[in-house]
Amino acid sequence: MSDVTASPEAPEPAMAPLPGVPVALPPAASRHRSDLVYYGLRNRKLVVGLAVEALFVLAALFGPVISPDNTTAYYLPHLAPSAQHWLGTDYFGHDVFAQLVVGLRESYLVGALGALCAAFTGMALGFTAGYRGGLLDEVLQMITNIMVMIPSLVLLVVIGAYLKTRGILFEGVFIGLTTWPWVARAVRAQTFTLRSRDFVDLARLSGRRAHSIVIRDIAPNMASYLFLVVVLLFGSSMLLAASYDFLGLGPTNVISLGTMMNQSTQWSALQLHVWWWFVPPGLVLTGMVAALLVANVGLDEIFNPRLREQ
Amino acid sequence: MRRYLTRKLITYLLAFFVGATIDWGIPHLMPGDPVQLFLSKFDLEPGGYGALYKTMAQAFGTNLPLWDQYWHFWDGLLHGSLGVSIYAFPDQVTTLIFSAIPYTLALLVPAIVLSYLLGNRLGAAAARRKLLDNTLLPAGYIFQAIPYPWLALVLPYLLGEVWHVFPISGAYDEGLLPAFSWTFIASLIDHWFLPFLTVFIVSLGGWAIGMRNLVIYELENDSSRYLRALGGSERLIRRYAYRNASLPQLSGLALQLGVVVGGNIVTEIAFRYPGLGLLIYNAITDEDYFLLQGIFIFIVIGVLLANFIIDLVYISVDPRTRLSMQGAAS
Repeated sequence: MSDVTASPEAPEPAMAPLPGVPVALPPAASRHRSDLVYYGLRNRKLVVGLAVEALFVLAALFGPVISPDNTTAYYLPHLAPSAQHWLGTDYFGHDVFAQLVVGLRESYLVGALGALCAAFTGMALGFTAGYRGGLLDEVLQMITNIMVMIPSLVLLVVIGAYLKTRGILFEGVFIGLTTWPWVARAVRAQTFTLRSRDFVDLARLSGRRAHSIVIRDIAPNMASYLFLVVVLLFGSSMLLAASYDFLGLGPTNVISLGTMMNQSTQWSALQLHVWWWFVPPGLVLTGMVAALLVANVGLDEIFNPRLREQ
Repeated sequence: MRRYLTRKLITYLLAFFVGATIDWGIPHLMPGDPVQLFLSKFDLEPGGYGALYKTMAQAFGTNLPLWDQYWHFWDGLLHGSLGVSIYAFPDQVTTLIFSAIPYTLALLVPAIVLSYLLGNRLGAAAARRKLLDNTLLPAGYIFQAIPYPWLALVLPYLLGEVWHVFPISGAYDEGLLPAFSWTFIASLIDHWFLPFLTVFIVSLGGWAIGMRNLVIYELENDSSRYLRALGGSERLIRRYAYRNASLPQLSGLALQLGVVVGGNIVTEIAFRYPGLGLLIYNAITDEDYFLLQGIFIFIVIGVLLANFIIDLVYISVDPRTRLSMQGAAS
């Protein structure tokens, strides 16, 4: 299986918003579930990554509850971090820590929504193109290429202009529906290498429908890969959302990590040296995504013995 | 082979047509009226406004039915004209684009190419070497996880506001006029460094991690085993593995360079760097159809060209592609 790269459209790791997608499929040999658990618990990357991620998830779940302040209370502006205000206050006198834990939630929500939408669209198109091949493949690839050429930022502005308020739901779905192309490409390339295998031929001979072959014979053989794709999408959606929010194109009705950065530049936190306003949101987001990536590598090694350290 | 290329060429032409159409359509879907936006910048009497509006709308053709505007777009495009910008009024769209392109290219091409070179070397070196793998890789993940806008806040804050090492906005000192002089060039480089550094840093991790995985696969490959069995040195084996692993990375590089002509909107806004990204942003806020269309055409051509080059590179570099073309020519 190491010659996956032989397909003309090998998955392009650098194409992904978050590259580092595994390039080959794990051997299709049957494995026991207990094996996976055994290697999973012994894999330091997975354990550490998940533990750190769990901390952030807990903060997102319970942070707004334990935070001594809410996001709307007013205090003196630009207070430095202290015991009272753990991360100080911003230009408007709002508590930064309270905003941070609320923003965490929104980031996870956007990430999950974006990942699900992108994974669904990308896989649907990728499987269809890779399995059917021929003209349909060519057409779907063309659609994928066109999708890459559409400037999503401009599209976001245009659609956003028609909406009264832009919410988290809109942002997540938008991100999902614009980032699927690399998923479609990668899934297509993988499907391409699987579709001429004997067991697929056999399934075809037995008269099963195409979609059932894809779901029951092809997808399970790349299940681990698909799982990793979803994890990567999750991280990249959160990062992309931060960029949109930073440009002022994010949700208009909630606080997110990106809108905090946007606000801080608008009210010259840089020039006023109010570092506690813009450093924490980015730092937290870096931690969230990095933990996800590290856990992802751990998973990769578990699914794929060849990547394990020797 | 010829059949393959013709088919590719046809789909690319079709993609160009559809892509150009969509990119023409999106700005036109924006609510609002660019001419009105442009005129609202001046303090006009109501009577004069009406007359001026009528003339301008006629001149730009914004009063025509959409179908006619679409037709004019293709007519102009095929004659090599992208029209006149609305927001920077008497300037030609091409003039604006060509005055912004050097900044974008000088910023993004070195950042992407250098991060590609260094990232791939680091990734390849880290593969299957425990010490490097456990130090370099975690750094790579953190680099990759940094939200770009945050980096574009923190680095200017530290290097600009706190330590005053580099200027944090613009492409050159405001007091200077573009000239071929030492002071101007020094100022250019001074302003160029921070935006370059941020793009370079966020791209580095991705290349390194991708390359590390690819090289591991190559080292586990039968060809590497065979080479080892023949007594090839570790250096030789790694060199071959690197070359084999470069292929997918190269196509990633081509794709990234393909969209370079779109500029990097976040970077250029964060640093007020006058490249194509900032131009796009200004064109969006002023609903400048013609400028947006013009830039998008460049993006479409860039993406398609990059894809086409990847196809050709794969055919010429990787014999397996040629084989699969003959094998799976369905």
